[in-house]
Amino acid sequence: MSQKVLLNNKQVNIILHRLACQLIEKHTDFSNTVLIGLQPRGIFLAQRLKLILTEHYNVSNIKLGLLDITFYRDDFRRSDKLHEANSTEIDFLIEDKRVVFIDDVLYTGRSIRSALTAIQSFGRPSGIELLTLIDRRFSRHLPIQPDYRGRQVDAINDEKVLVNWKETKGEDAVYLVNN
Amino acid sequence: MSKLSVDHLLGIKYLKNDDINLIFDTADHFKKVINRPIKKVPSLRDITIANLFFENSTRTKLSFELAQKRLSADIINFSSGQSSLNKGETLIDTVNNILSMKVDMIVMRHPNAGAAKFLSNHVDAKIVNAGDGAHEHPTQALLDSYSIREKFGEVKGKKVVIVGDILHSRVALSNIFALQIQGAEVMVCGPKTLIPKYIDKLGVKVETNLHKALKWCDVANMLRIQNERMDISYFPSTREYALQYGVNKNLLDSINKDITIMHPGPVNRGVEITSEVADSSQSIILNQVENGVAIRMAVIYLLASKI
Repeated sequence: MSQKVLLNNKQVNIILHRLACQLIEKHTDFSNTVLIGLQPRGIFLAQRLKLILTEHYNVSNIKLGLLDITFYRDDFRRSDKLHEANSTEIDFLIEDKRVVFIDDVLYTGRSIRSALTAIQSFGRPSGIELLTLIDRRFSRHLPIQPDYRGRQVDAINDEKVLVNWKETKGEDAVYLVNN
Repeated sequence: MSKLSVDHLLGIKYLKNDDINLIFDTADHFKKVINRPIKKVPSLRDITIANLFFENSTRTKLSFELAQKRLSADIINFSSGQSSLNKGETLIDTVNNILSMKVDMIVMRHPNAGAAKFLSNHVDAKIVNAGDGAHEHPTQALLDSYSIREKFGEVKGKKVVIVGDILHSRVALSNIFALQIQGAEVMVCGPKTLIPKYIDKLGVKVETNLHKALKWCDVANMLRIQNERMDISYFPSTREYALQYGVNKNLLDSINKDITIMHPGPVNRGVEITSEVADSSQSIILNQVENGVAIRMAVIYLLASKI
């Protein structure tokens, strides 16, 4: 197994600030916008972006929710393992809000499709956008593209993109792992 | 997520503590789902479930049906009154005919003990026992324990007394197994005629005095007198039973302890508990009903993952 650094700590940090600025450019004061981190791995990115927006760019009252898609997946009974459900924490209405889905890696697009179904249980948003740190090109199973992307990566199927966060692994970095 | 160690839910006695915890953790998520504005997930949209009720049921049947609909399964319902069983068809034939319509799972209630186990040996579908005679009623016991866990944080170490008609009760037997697996202490209480002779061999305490039993326990699970299963008279009169084994407000006040009252339903108000007790803040009867849907969703979801 070999691994290559795609993004180091400094690069991740620059990208997070750029993504935060792009969000402000589009959503200004976030009065009608909610951020939704996708469980399990999108939540760290979502929480970090909220922190940057609040502390560095003085955007207050950002609404952040966490969405679990386990029961909406399209591979139930089709994969060997049973996916562990995580908590969904959306304690506000999303009716007529502009929703931004946040996930770490966009790969086949199937998780996002599940999230699009899952979010309907909380109302009808006026629009949904997608923000991902890593966009794996050429690997999509569905016609889904991000509105905000940190870095585009060409990875073949055997390769895996690994995103580490300070909160869990002690560093902010992205690796391309070759099995 | 780990999977259940069993392929069918035939009884609590086949489950391990890990299975029960997995069902409870999954039910936690489903309980949130059924409290959302849209109470449905699409997980089981390609699964067909047959509900076969060879014995009367209202709440269990509704609860299972709702759980299946919340999971987006297709369902067919069947009750013995309208079936060809009256025309002489055997159980296996009836079920195999239903299975040839491409059914993946069967939820069955049957008046004979062991019917669910028998079926699991002979047909190719996941079986959920919704009550077999006076044997087991596993989903009821699961939702009872789940309600205790919800109220107290854990089941382990709690003292639970099951009061009433233990002899004819599948709820009692499943509850005894479930509570013991999770490390609770169990007592049964009722007139001697309604307590099976060797029940102490299961490791439960036996008490015939309700006042003493209530003083001992944290939770009292009140059972209904199952008149429909009684071929002889087990006590002099319903009035006398109510006086000896019915829980009323005065009795609860006299023990000076805040015990939790449960009932699997249907409640015979004024017999095993008075209305005042059933509707009091000590009663978690309606929580049990709500939890029933979440527990049944969890059981069906986890079994369906093995299809």
